[in-house]
Amino acid sequence: MDLESRSEENLQVVSVHGSRIDAAVAIEFKDAMRASTDGGSETVILDLSEVDFIDSSGLGAIVASMKNMGQSRTLALAGLTPTVDKVFRLTRMDSVFSVFPTLDGALTELRS
Amino acid sequence: MSFHSRLPSFRFSVQSDELAVREALKKLLDGLRPLDLDVEEAGTVELVMAEALNNIVEHAYPEGEPSGPINITCTHADDGLHLTVVDRGHGMPDGRTPLGQAANLNVDFSDLPEGGFGWFLIKDLAKDVTYKRIDPENFLSLRLAVAMP
Repeated sequence: MDLESRSEENLQVVSVHGSRIDAAVAIEFKDAMRASTDGGSETVILDLSEVDFIDSSGLGAIVASMKNMGQSRTLALAGLTPTVDKVFRLTRMDSVFSVFPTLDGALTELRS
Repeated sequence: MSFHSRLPSFRFSVQSDELAVREALKKLLDGLRPLDLDVEEAGTVELVMAEALNNIVEHAYPEGEPSGPINITCTHADDGLHLTVVDRGHGMPDGRTPLGQAANLNVDFSDLPEGGFGWFLIKDLAKDVTYKRIDPENFLSLRLAVAMP
């Protein structure tokens, strides 16, 4: 599970380089997210544009990552591919996160 | 409108372990390739079967106990894909599948659910979900309304 983190003005972008966040890598993902976001920016955008598939374990790991950041910070999701979007929509977890179709859209909205 | 010619039934088996689910999903989607499913339909198949198989790897053959086979049969019919998953692990508690209700999101931040979505997704996306235990095997069958004429 390869996460790449970079800082933009006032926020941080974490890009997932991998096509799946599933049960096989959920714990690894959660640990890598914790390492990337601990002590980081108030707002973190998780760029999921390379991820084709998540299952309920992957969804749980993303929720856990948000909870680990704490309620005062924001974890936004960007670049959801069709199956990833489906999982968030069906479980209504799209109402818990700020979800943006593209990373550029998220950056434009959240930089201000 | 798309037309799907009937795909012959196929079956395969994997040995339960942490990478068995990926292996099984790949075999299933490879087998379905002649149907040329669109991304929406393929996503439904992969998601439902990932959840069903994750449950078997996690609960039927729990860590620290002997692994065993998971047999998958896929049959294409007019009303979609009929999938049967058979394992020889532990049965479901109370002999039935969890209800699979939607998680309650109207809770405090710290109580947001990190699990319990699997059976909800299966029951939301699949039709005719049936489970039976015939010792020593578990039989889960379901239908996915995809690749219909």
